[in-house]
Amino acid sequence: MIGLQHYLVVSAILFVMGVLGIFLNRKNVIVILMAIELILLSVNINLVAFSAYLHDLVGQVFAMFVLTVAAGEAAIGLAILVIYFRNRGTIAVDDVDRLRG
Amino acid sequence: MIQAFAFYLFAGLMILSAGLTITARNPVHSVLWLILAFFNAAGLMLLLGAEFIAMLLVIVYVGAVAVLFLFVVMMLDIDFAELRAGFTRYLGVGSVLAVALAAEIVIAVAVHSAGPIDLNNRIGPTPATVSNVQAIGALLYTRYLYIFEAAGLVLLVAMIGAIVLTHRTRRDDRAQKASRQIARRPQDATRNVNQPVGVGVEL
Repeated sequence: MIGLQHYLVVSAILFVMGVLGIFLNRKNVIVILMAIELILLSVNINLVAFSAYLHDLVGQVFAMFVLTVAAGEAAIGLAILVIYFRNRGTIAVDDVDRLRG
Repeated sequence: MIQAFAFYLFAGLMILSAGLTITARNPVHSVLWLILAFFNAAGLMLLLGAEFIAMLLVIVYVGAVAVLFLFVVMMLDIDFAELRAGFTRYLGVGSVLAVALAAEIVIAVAVHSAGPIDLNNRIGPTPATVSNVQAIGALLYTRYLYIFEAAGLVLLVAMIGAIVLTHRTRRDDRAQKASRQIARRPQDATRNVNQPVGVGVEL
């Protein structure tokens, strides 16, 4: 039978995939945003797995809120990306030094 | 048995497509692998009995977020080969760190002891008679009503922010400006000239 730990391990692997994606594509903001989506998806799997195994619906409600925030974050992130590309003609993360940070 | 098979199928495909998302050469392929990962995650949620979250994943992520990514990837004219420079350089260190992190999390899952959980004190116990969607709705519109409205506000702010950020007025547009048209008065636009005979008109 599939236990809670199976789901936790799968979501852990997915989380690590997202972190690795940020590492590997550190120049490409679009893929970094996709890696962040993968990380949030793994968090959602965690919440829903605990919700199912503890027979408590609150985890699913919070998974929905995480989904909402992820959608908003993707929209704002891509909007910033579009105006940055319009001004600079590139999206390489290394070149983002306008604020001299 | 069939449940275990479905679990390993969904989980394996999800992790495989997640790996291809972060390593694909073409970002359009990355988005398509991401969509496959979301579909398989929805399958996992169905196995857990969370039908509403599964459908939400398909509708919100595949239907909206992934399509948004596709639009942006296709709209921007970017040299993606240049952005991949350094991929192999970070592959070694990144893989070592990722394996270390994964091992840490798996070991933590294996040895964790959360202590006794008070299962008699659930906030939203899963009801046996009504469906998942109905139960979530009953919880969402009563106990979590304010948080639900705050989530709506987050989406509204995100929408306004995205529009404000990307909207621009072109310098050469010929759009009708109704306020200027209405504010224009006859005495500002015309003048009476007492024109003498035989003298040229001065405009």
